[in-house]
Amino acid sequence: MPEHKTLAATGNSVVAEAMRQCKPDVVAAYPITPQTTIVEEFAAFVAKGKTHCEYVTVESEHSAMSACIGASAAGARVMTATASQGLALMWEELYIASGMRLPIVMANANRALSAPINIHCDHSDIMGARDAGWVTLFAETAQEAYDNTIMSVRIAEHPDVLLPVMSCLDGFITTHSIDRVSVMDDESIAGFVGDYEPQNALLDTDNPVAHGNFSGLGGPYFEFKKQQREAIENSRAVIKSVGEEYSALSGRPFDVIETWGMEDAEVAVVVIGSTAGNARTVARHLRADGKKVGVVKVRVWRPFPYAEIAAALKGLKAVAVLDRSESFGAEGGPLFLEVRSALYDLAERVPVVNYIYGLGGSDVKLELIEQVFTDLADIAAGAAAPAGLVYLGAREEA
Amino acid sequence: MQQLTEIRWHARAGQGAVTAAKVVAETALAADQYLQAMPEYGPERMGAPIKAFTRISSEPIEIHCNIEEPDIVIVLDDSLLEIIDVAEGIHPEGAIIVNTCTPPEQVRTALGVADSVKVACVDASGIALDTIKRDIPNTPMVGALIKVAGVVDMDSFKGLLAKNLSKKFGQEMIDANWASVDRAYEEVTVA
Repeated sequence: MPEHKTLAATGNSVVAEAMRQCKPDVVAAYPITPQTTIVEEFAAFVAKGKTHCEYVTVESEHSAMSACIGASAAGARVMTATASQGLALMWEELYIASGMRLPIVMANANRALSAPINIHCDHSDIMGARDAGWVTLFAETAQEAYDNTIMSVRIAEHPDVLLPVMSCLDGFITTHSIDRVSVMDDESIAGFVGDYEPQNALLDTDNPVAHGNFSGLGGPYFEFKKQQREAIENSRAVIKSVGEEYSALSGRPFDVIETWGMEDAEVAVVVIGSTAGNARTVARHLRADGKKVGVVKVRVWRPFPYAEIAAALKGLKAVAVLDRSESFGAEGGPLFLEVRSALYDLAERVPVVNYIYGLGGSDVKLELIEQVFTDLADIAAGAAAPAGLVYLGAREEA
Repeated sequence: MQQLTEIRWHARAGQGAVTAAKVVAETALAADQYLQAMPEYGPERMGAPIKAFTRISSEPIEIHCNIEEPDIVIVLDDSLLEIIDVAEGIHPEGAIIVNTCTPPEQVRTALGVADSVKVACVDASGIALDTIKRDIPNTPMVGALIKVAGVVDMDSFKGLLAKNLSKKFGQEMIDANWASVDRAYEEVTVA
């Protein structure tokens, strides 16, 4: 059985700890802003000899992901971290990592994209990378950020998957706040993640392979993309089984969505990340008043848990989807689009409303969540749903 | 029922409010409490007004937002009283603890808070200059906090302080910090 140790630590700090425990061969990172202290603390582990790792500091986030790709293709276990503008600068490399089927694990501190300049919590960065072919997990708390980081290694390296995995945590709210976190001993984590046995490593000279080749018209590009689709579909079963195994080790539950109060809920809020806690807090108060409310938290964003979402929300009188990013010109935010799509095949229509909230770190006060549940109660009682999406808590004049 | 204590810190950047918010949270962990400590990040300029938050609870803490109705407010720099409404949202039975030479009766009048709110004052800067030899009032202010509101245990706090300081400093510095905590605990006055 693993030894558990309880710490008062930031999300960044425990992600760095998880990285150390997963024993990456190579970490390449751009060491200054918009980077987080994840790579700073990991660099300290390397400097103090607490992990054996080739730590490469590069001149940009674009180079950081390029170096990760090179090292991963060579056959190394590779991890890194980024945030906001840094992830944006990695954009073309993200597609190369997934197209080359490289099991790189990257933590992302979810933060806003400019302009105006803003460094605070926001999901715009990851949602911009939504279609890059990475398996993507979200943490609500520092604890989940630690757990997700460790599970990510197993998911990425699984022979049925072989895809990069992004482990997201909310900027500042989760990355920089001190929280109570339980970590396990090094040996248990090492045993759980196991040794990495690369397939198709460039340094395996007995079995020469090529990576990322030219594939012009008539080449296999189209079929490669189909294989990427199959791989991320395969990851559904892998995520579940890795999650179950990790749950047994950690004693903490894991599923692709987490439901609260959904057994008999009539209305529900669907949310990603740290705001799930705010939503449950409000839902608890409403439950105490006899209101049948529920909360669904999405922990795995890619592949999106369509079946699980549909099963959880089936038959509800009204659903609110909370998006911490925009998809300008679309019907709603990215999570809204997915949730409504997940409900399309249900025989009975579930009314879904979309709220954009918390952009640029705008504080998610409990009264805002209360407002959402009030709207849902009105819709459930027959009131018309708001026309179009609602900017929750936005001031009339900024 | 959840026993949740919410503390809001007002300070100027460089006075150690964030560190103090963290150490108080860490002390709570030693008592098997749940905790949360976070700064409100803004432009990182020395001397700029900043806020930090600490939550301590007997149950897991699920809320992730700023503290707008604190049980306790701690003010590390009394020049902030003129420019910020530090008492905003204070719990009717709450406490406001200020680092100042001004007597608490006068501070109470300036703040205009209800009679049920405790107002406590201590010259934490003076104590810090005497003991630690630097105007870093964060540590003595925790001594005042423990006297006025409890929240965390004195021995645990001093133990943790020693552990943190011993990474960089010798016993002399630990003794100086302990002395600052003890003096603030003794000298804080409530109105």
